[in-house]
Amino acid sequence: MLALLLRRILVAIPTLILVSMIVFMLQKIMPGDPVLALAGEERDPVVLAALRETYRLDDPLPMQYAAWLGQVLQGDLGKSLRTDVPVLELVAQKLPVTLQLAVMSILFAVMIGIPAGILAAVRKGTAVEWGANIAALSGMSIPNFWLGIVMIMLVSVQWKLLPASGYVPPTEDFWLSMKTMVMPAFVLSTGIAAYLMRHTRSAVLEALNADYVRTARAKGVPGRRVVLHHALRNALMPIITLVTLLFGELLAGAVLTEQIFTLPGFGKLIVDAVFNRDYAVVQGVVLCVAVGFILMNVLADILYIVVNPRLRHP
Amino acid sequence: MKNMKRNMLAASLALMAGSVMAQDFRIGLQEDPDMLDPHRARTYVGRIVFTSLCDKLVDIDQKLQITPQLATSWAWSADNKVLTFKLREGVTFHDGKPFDAAAAKANIERALTLKDSMRRSEMSSIESAEAPDAQTLVLKLKQPDATLLAALTDRAGMMLSPATFTDDTAAVARSPVCSGPYKFVSRVQNDRIVLEKYDQYYDAKNYAFKRIIFRPIPDTTVRLSNLRAGDLDILERLNPSDVTQVKGDKSVQFMPVSGLGYVRFMFNIGNSERAKANPFNDKLVRQAFALAVDRNVINQVVGENTFVPAQTAYPAASPFHDEKKFPVTGRDVAKAKALLKQAGKPTVKAELVYGNNTTTSAIAEMVQAMAAEAGFQLSLRPTEYAAMLKESTSGNFDVQLQGWSGRPDPDGNVHTFLTCKGAQNDGRYCNPEVDKLLDQARVVTDLAARKDLYDRAETIMQDEMPGSYIYYQPWLFVASTKVQGFTPSPDGMIRLKGVSLK
Repeated sequence: MLALLLRRILVAIPTLILVSMIVFMLQKIMPGDPVLALAGEERDPVVLAALRETYRLDDPLPMQYAAWLGQVLQGDLGKSLRTDVPVLELVAQKLPVTLQLAVMSILFAVMIGIPAGILAAVRKGTAVEWGANIAALSGMSIPNFWLGIVMIMLVSVQWKLLPASGYVPPTEDFWLSMKTMVMPAFVLSTGIAAYLMRHTRSAVLEALNADYVRTARAKGVPGRRVVLHHALRNALMPIITLVTLLFGELLAGAVLTEQIFTLPGFGKLIVDAVFNRDYAVVQGVVLCVAVGFILMNVLADILYIVVNPRLRHP
Repeated sequence: MKNMKRNMLAASLALMAGSVMAQDFRIGLQEDPDMLDPHRARTYVGRIVFTSLCDKLVDIDQKLQITPQLATSWAWSADNKVLTFKLREGVTFHDGKPFDAAAAKANIERALTLKDSMRRSEMSSIESAEAPDAQTLVLKLKQPDATLLAALTDRAGMMLSPATFTDDTAAVARSPVCSGPYKFVSRVQNDRIVLEKYDQYYDAKNYAFKRIIFRPIPDTTVRLSNLRAGDLDILERLNPSDVTQVKGDKSVQFMPVSGLGYVRFMFNIGNSERAKANPFNDKLVRQAFALAVDRNVINQVVGENTFVPAQTAYPAASPFHDEKKFPVTGRDVAKAKALLKQAGKPTVKAELVYGNNTTTSAIAEMVQAMAAEAGFQLSLRPTEYAAMLKESTSGNFDVQLQGWSGRPDPDGNVHTFLTCKGAQNDGRYCNPEVDKLLDQARVVTDLAARKDLYDRAETIMQDEMPGSYIYYQPWLFVASTKVQGFTPSPDGMIRLKGVSLK
């Protein structure tokens, strides 16, 4: 298992370098000039030249990249062009927000999606399955930003039940933190819950038709136990893959959700940075997201081994 | 009896809640400000934060008159080359250190010498700053500068505690120490900036709130929802398309004010190769275009009657605004067609570039339709803001919709856009006569003489038409009905003196 992990981590390094190079190139292709974006209405040519020099924006691309990589290897992700705050500090500030949002959404999605999927599989052909399918289709096709705005209008403006936006860390005030997070986490979870429901449904259906389930039933194992213990356990494998992969989707979805609910997380950080051409921030954040994504994949590998004993002795 | 007790309890709870709420004042901003160092800052929203955080030497009032702030009085020398300020006594910075002439001198010098100071060009006339005694600041100028006092009403005149001027320049922005009514507490980028009342402020009794919380919420719909849900007390820059909804909502008050800036068409007359093939490099075509557009209709349809039609760069609040001399051009399609015919181009194909948002898109589409009736075939190119800046400087446009947030002094609204070497003259209009007049207007301090210079320059430009003004940019504030005592200012700042919550 250790060897597997090591192998995974070794493969990750070139991936990271490639990701950082692609992002670097993409940013440079992006139309616009960071110094002009930075200067906004104050276009003093002397200052613009000074800014270009400070941020080495006139150097050839490979040199800019090498300088950035050199910094990163020393543990320095640079500073925001716009506010002078170190990128690492920004990441540390925003990561907990997005993580909290992601974890809560995954929890919501799992709590909604998996039971709904099992029910739909077990009650195949009944109104329950139809209901679950319609809910899943809606969850997948309703855009987050629309659902978010509608929920703000209803829950915050009309009923005044939850705050419309903002973020409070759970360490500061746990319940207030939950209150500010419930709506965005729910909005973000809908799409994922729908995917989970559909995949759980088909995986459980497949498992229920498998020989070993028939054997179990023949041996007189009670129905509930057959579904939860025999079928679900095998069905869980593809679901775990899905959940970990969806984590990436979650980060992408968080971009919109964080904008709507003005949550100061990763998504908002990166969108604002792209619009302001704050290269250092975009670069640093993408690198962190890539690291997170790779870690999630390693985690998936470990979970496989935990769930499926056959993988322990290859 | 039981009921009475319950009522009393409810009443006292309500009172308590009221007093707790009155402690905080929450302001919704359209963007997250950039660095909170007045010498390096660049954004409009940053200025809103500074208004509560950093006092300036002087301020401006609703009529754009210069009023005392950290300086109680000022005087020009006979040759207009020495400006002497008498400074307020008993003022301290938020770190408790006294504000005096030496501190003011240190600030002026920092603004002039810091490598990436954004204030250098607006203060370039200053040769030296001197502090003959603790309450006197003397600025010696290279040449007379009529624009300097107006510049000192903004970030150039803001005073930081010199104790923070260390080698770590970034530290100032992370934790600015000024002398305004509120002091800096904390900032979470993209989330909030928190200020707290500075009890030693010389005018502290007129500031009601314990804390001011600035919250950047870029989406206008979401910003408005937050206000209506009671999570904000005031917001800036409402989308004009939401005006009707806000006017019909009893829980909020709509507080618009016509600002100091404008929106105009800028024509590419001499920037890059593209200008040579641009039909708008012909004066007659530009004049025809200005005649094809109905500014009143834009005001009514897109602006919901908040877009005051414009003819010059000087807004209604400015003493340089002159409606009699320069009345707003009405729409005249026949005349526009005649001008195009005279120019030998009965149909004109060109591209209109604009920063992409709902308001500008609506304007661009209307203009496309209106101009078509006169013979213009406009194609529209909506462009993301940062990309548009680049297109603008490199001259990749025929005509561009350009917005300017405005400055109290007329110079700030024209010089950089219309002089041959102006930093923001992206259309590259160049007329030495206009340059001469606008340069002269910088050094003449007499108001009437100055206005005459601007009028003369304007007369030339109304004919040559390097740009065509559409409307003066309004600042659309919306506040909760609990807010009282707030008056929106033409400069778009939120001044909290005398403001309270019911």
